[in-house]
Amino acid sequence: MALYFFYFFASTAILSSFFVIFANNPVHSVLWLIVTFFSVAGFFILVGAEFLALLLMIVYVGALAVLFLFVVMMLNINFAGLRSGVAQYLPFGILIGLVIFIELILAFVPWDFKEQSFNNLSSPINLSETNTVALGKVVYTDYFLLFQCAGIILLIAMIGSIVLTLRSRPDVKRQNITEQIFRDPNSSIEVKDINPGEGI
Amino acid sequence: MSFFETNIGILAIVIGQCFLVMLCVLASLAFIMYGERKVWGLLQLRRGPNVVGPFGILQSFADLLKHVFKEIIVPTESDKVVFFLAPLISFVLALIAWVVVPFDDGWVVSNINIGILYLFAVSSLEVYGVIMGGWASNSKYPFLGSLRSASQMISYEVSIGFIIIGVIISAGSLNLSEIVLAQKSDYGLLSWFWLPHLPMVFFFLVSALAETNRPPFDLPEAEAELVAGYQVEYTSTPYLLFMIGELSAVLLMTALITILFFGGWLSPVPSLPDGFFWMFSKMLLFFFVFSLIKGLVPRYRYDQLMRLGWKVMLPVSLGWVVFVSFMAHFKLLNYARW
Repeated sequence: MALYFFYFFASTAILSSFFVIFANNPVHSVLWLIVTFFSVAGFFILVGAEFLALLLMIVYVGALAVLFLFVVMMLNINFAGLRSGVAQYLPFGILIGLVIFIELILAFVPWDFKEQSFNNLSSPINLSETNTVALGKVVYTDYFLLFQCAGIILLIAMIGSIVLTLRSRPDVKRQNITEQIFRDPNSSIEVKDINPGEGI
Repeated sequence: MSFFETNIGILAIVIGQCFLVMLCVLASLAFIMYGERKVWGLLQLRRGPNVVGPFGILQSFADLLKHVFKEIIVPTESDKVVFFLAPLISFVLALIAWVVVPFDDGWVVSNINIGILYLFAVSSLEVYGVIMGGWASNSKYPFLGSLRSASQMISYEVSIGFIIIGVIISAGSLNLSEIVLAQKSDYGLLSWFWLPHLPMVFFFLVSALAETNRPPFDLPEAEAELVAGYQVEYTSTPYLLFMIGELSAVLLMTALITILFFGGWLSPVPSLPDGFFWMFSKMLLFFFVFSLIKGLVPRYRYDQLMRLGWKVMLPVSLGWVVFVSFMAHFKLLNYARW
């Protein structure tokens, strides 16, 4: 049963990632990317890592891809102009793709899968506690420092992006919320008695 | 070995359960819609729906027929596939969330370990229906509506997440049934999480309103500025699917409040038996509060909404997580129930 599910998720993952590249419309690309994320979440569930699967859904699909979509929809891209540039950028694209491909080969070929799986067998997953607990115990003990470092890097990236985009523009009219909240009728409304036919 | 122990038998049982939950949810949505309109009617000194059936109770079914038999109009410049995918997504997502909701002890289709994360994931995906619908319509108002909705839902998701984390720390589990059972004690309603997490109940209520695009935070469909936001170009059945999806999401939020803070199916008085009745009546009570808010509160301004989300909700709920962790770590005041 699980094998059929694996084939299903594998085929959707590969197909949808192809469509990410070949879709004409960038918004469609992002939507296909979301399908890819879903399929990968399916893999995580198949190997019993349901916590990671849902984290992937929440972080990547629920937040990141929405922001992607947000940006891509706002861009209003000129398709014809984009097509004409393909030939110009093709060599660079191929070069970068090749480099990543070679890196992947270098990473995977020396990896002895048999031995690795043997190691995994010697330290099997503890089924008595849930996925979340097991992950928490690893992350907050053995890899505590790395985990915190990742957090700090993310924080720095966040502050950096805020600093880059923050512009103080004195010419723009701004709302001061505290001022608005603390307004009271006495200071903001003036009641006048007007005689008919005279005006103020 | 009987049929129900084979793979196909188990599949049949699960599908049967899913259909049962779906039918119950859709049927109760019909009557809840009617109830909501009655509440608004009372608030505005009208009678509300009172023509179809006794006291107008079948009004929702009349509306269903009206929507289904209307013509579907598709804008010529729209992206056809995405245009029809969007209402389906919001409808399906609103329904699949119900599989992890425990209505009673053991009354749950799929009692997964990380039920609360699943609900959170589904409610964060619900933005896709809105954003895809708005974009595919290829028109200005829906597009603006969907942009608003995207930023609004992402902002309030963050604070909902932190509020949920506080409850998880108290309960010591991500399983919804266990979160409910952690609130069980001899003191009845005093041992539910609303008491230790009191400020967060209100924060959750407000965030839930924003997350489901309900008034006073219904900026994505603000009719005064955006006609009807992302729904402008939708007619008949697709529009109906959007409506059902939205209402089901609201009902889901009431279920979530009930489970997280108000003890799910537990009875408020220790001597009375627990059961589905309590879950249902608590959900109805919160739905009544939601409809009252819709009828009473004026709409927020967009920049205030964003400010509330990021500058009030987020820091306070984050601070609350730190506070709860402190209390739970030192086992103070029964904050840690594990």
